[in-house]
Amino acid sequence: MTPTVTTILYAALIIGAIGMIAAVILYFVSKAFKVIEDPRIDEVAEHLPGANCGGCGFAGCRALAEAIVKANTLDGYKCPAGGDMKAIAAVMGLEAAETEPMVAVVRCNGSCENAPAKVKYDSALSCQFATSIYAGESACPFGCLGCGDCVKACKFDAIHIDDTTGLPVVDEEKCVGCGACAKTCPRKVIEIRLKGKLGRRVFVSCVNKEKGAAARKNCSAACIGCGKCAKACPFEAITVENNLAYIDFTKCKSCRKCAGECPIGAIHAVNFPPKKEAPAAPAEKPAAAAEAPSNPASEQ
Amino acid sequence: MKTFKIGGIHPEENKLAKANPVELFPIPKQVTVFLTQHLGAPSVPQVQKGDKVKVGQLIGKAEAFICANVHSPVSGTVAKIEPVADFLGYKKDAVVIDVEGDEWAEGIDTSTELKKDITLNKQEIIDRMKACGIVGLGGACFPTHVKYMVPPDKKVDYLLINAAECEPYITVDYRMMLERADEVMVGIEAMLIASGAPVALIGVEANKPDAIAHLTKVAANYKNIQVVELKTKYPQGAEKQLIKALTNRNVPNGKLPIEVGCIVNNIATAFAIYEAVQKNKPIIETFTTVSGKAVENLKNYRVRIGTCINDILNAVGIPEDTGKIISGGPMMGKAISNLTAFTVKGMSSLLLMTEKESKRGEVYECLRCGKCVHACPMGLEPYMLHAFSELQRYEDCEKYGIMNCIECGSCSFGCPSNRPILDMIRVGKNKTGAMIRARK
Repeated sequence: MTPTVTTILYAALIIGAIGMIAAVILYFVSKAFKVIEDPRIDEVAEHLPGANCGGCGFAGCRALAEAIVKANTLDGYKCPAGGDMKAIAAVMGLEAAETEPMVAVVRCNGSCENAPAKVKYDSALSCQFATSIYAGESACPFGCLGCGDCVKACKFDAIHIDDTTGLPVVDEEKCVGCGACAKTCPRKVIEIRLKGKLGRRVFVSCVNKEKGAAARKNCSAACIGCGKCAKACPFEAITVENNLAYIDFTKCKSCRKCAGECPIGAIHAVNFPPKKEAPAAPAEKPAAAAEAPSNPASEQ
Repeated sequence: MKTFKIGGIHPEENKLAKANPVELFPIPKQVTVFLTQHLGAPSVPQVQKGDKVKVGQLIGKAEAFICANVHSPVSGTVAKIEPVADFLGYKKDAVVIDVEGDEWAEGIDTSTELKKDITLNKQEIIDRMKACGIVGLGGACFPTHVKYMVPPDKKVDYLLINAAECEPYITVDYRMMLERADEVMVGIEAMLIASGAPVALIGVEANKPDAIAHLTKVAANYKNIQVVELKTKYPQGAEKQLIKALTNRNVPNGKLPIEVGCIVNNIATAFAIYEAVQKNKPIIETFTTVSGKAVENLKNYRVRIGTCINDILNAVGIPEDTGKIISGGPMMGKAISNLTAFTVKGMSSLLLMTEKESKRGEVYECLRCGKCVHACPMGLEPYMLHAFSELQRYEDCEKYGIMNCIECGSCSFGCPSNRPILDMIRVGKNKTGAMIRARK
């Protein structure tokens, strides 16, 4: 054999021998240090979305799966981001509680038109920073700053800044209601509310707690806290506190009486079909609206 | 020549208004006095709507530990007490007073003659500082009497007077050195008694040679006061940097200057203390430079607190080429977003920056050039802190010493990529601080 061939042969043999030895060591080590993990963790994790949004309060989807398996209960553990809780319940041999889908709602209507800019912001594109140096381009100290911290926080690409209004818009199809945007918003403009039947919901699109005149000075769409909506509400779902109306979504029956009463138009009713009657007959409208959500529900 | 060792930058000095003596700004028809003019808790209102007040009368009382008294800057009638938007646009409680005449409260000496002999003792001086609402006029507005409550196990070796005036444009401290040197010296004497320090060092940057010459001449009459010339470098006026420059002592991270036996006060504070101790006069005025490259009518004003900012600017004339108006220096000041706000204690300048100056350039990616690291006077790595803040990695922020940042802006100043380094560090510092406090 030529020296070259010998060299190759030796090299192959040595590498092969090292491989064999390592394999034997690995075999015993893996036996000795075997980590026994509940196979259910993987099964549960499979039914979670895997986006690690943190909306459940845990570091990620696998952390939630581990917590569920460890606790062996679903009480207090819930994936708000569309994880299949029923399937998880089946894995665990437990019952899943029925929950209604939630969605992020932007409660500010201070668009460029409603709340014209008085100053121009030219600094780090961060709401966290902007709120520390000024009240906002419109001078409303409560409203959306429009720097998009919520957009950065969203793991589902479900919230974007609208170029014309300068306000964030939630994509209802993609939003899972995990609350990452609401948590990051320094002004607490975003709220996680019940999605409502067919996505129909009513909310006050303002968080300004200033007195009416002061609030209106900066924004024509600001709630003035007049309380008309609270009087109109047959379900006592509306409270007015600190010059600001708030609709409790657990009590609201989406009748839209409040929206008709609001002199500012600060109460938004979304995803309702366009009103059929002429505005001359306001008394009948809320009744028709109240029926509307119940009909499709009975069809399902 | 002495200076601090790490970092620092040399911004354009632009001391445009240096030749203009301080003028009294006319008393406005109405003043709005914020009850929070200082770092710490708001003061508690002592007057009601309809009350008659005199100049120097207490209208906001300090009840918390870190808090300062607020006095009426004018005589007249209290029109209302309500939240008013400050220069950032946020509402704070304020007392609105309609001005009638200029009648001073009893016990205040309004004469202008120099009163040299100090009759008060240590505790009386500190009490007087508290009563007269003295706050640090270098910018932070920290209640001064708190600084002088030295823990019993600590000894003050040096009283350091910050006359560096390292911020560009501002010239009120410079004018004070030239015009009020005698008063300042008596103020420093009072501070020496209050602190128990054997010696006071006044640090002045070398770009003010006439001020140094004048101060040195006046200080010759006072045996415990020395004037020290410092090499011109920003941020020389920052507390820790000034201590390093004047005494070569390093304040440990997270500690106060008293840890190394120093108390630092601004020269404007020394003048306020002179007036408080010798004339029983509280802080009712602020010295304010109104300057800017496009401003024709450069001014150094002595303005009553509570004067509308807009009135001052209109008196000077807002040039057409104005992109941004800043309260404080161009390095550490804040942009004013509400011009109908009112002057407060320690508002040392109103700067009208031109459109070109105020515009931030397009932001590019970090080049890792290290200019910010080189410039940082605290020896931090600003580009890393910026990145961690952006990624919300506040544990890492803490590890990289974000809490030591003095927010001087040297990092952002030289960044060739125009990155808003300090802006993000401020966010990170805020969040990291909250995280550390939550841990306790």
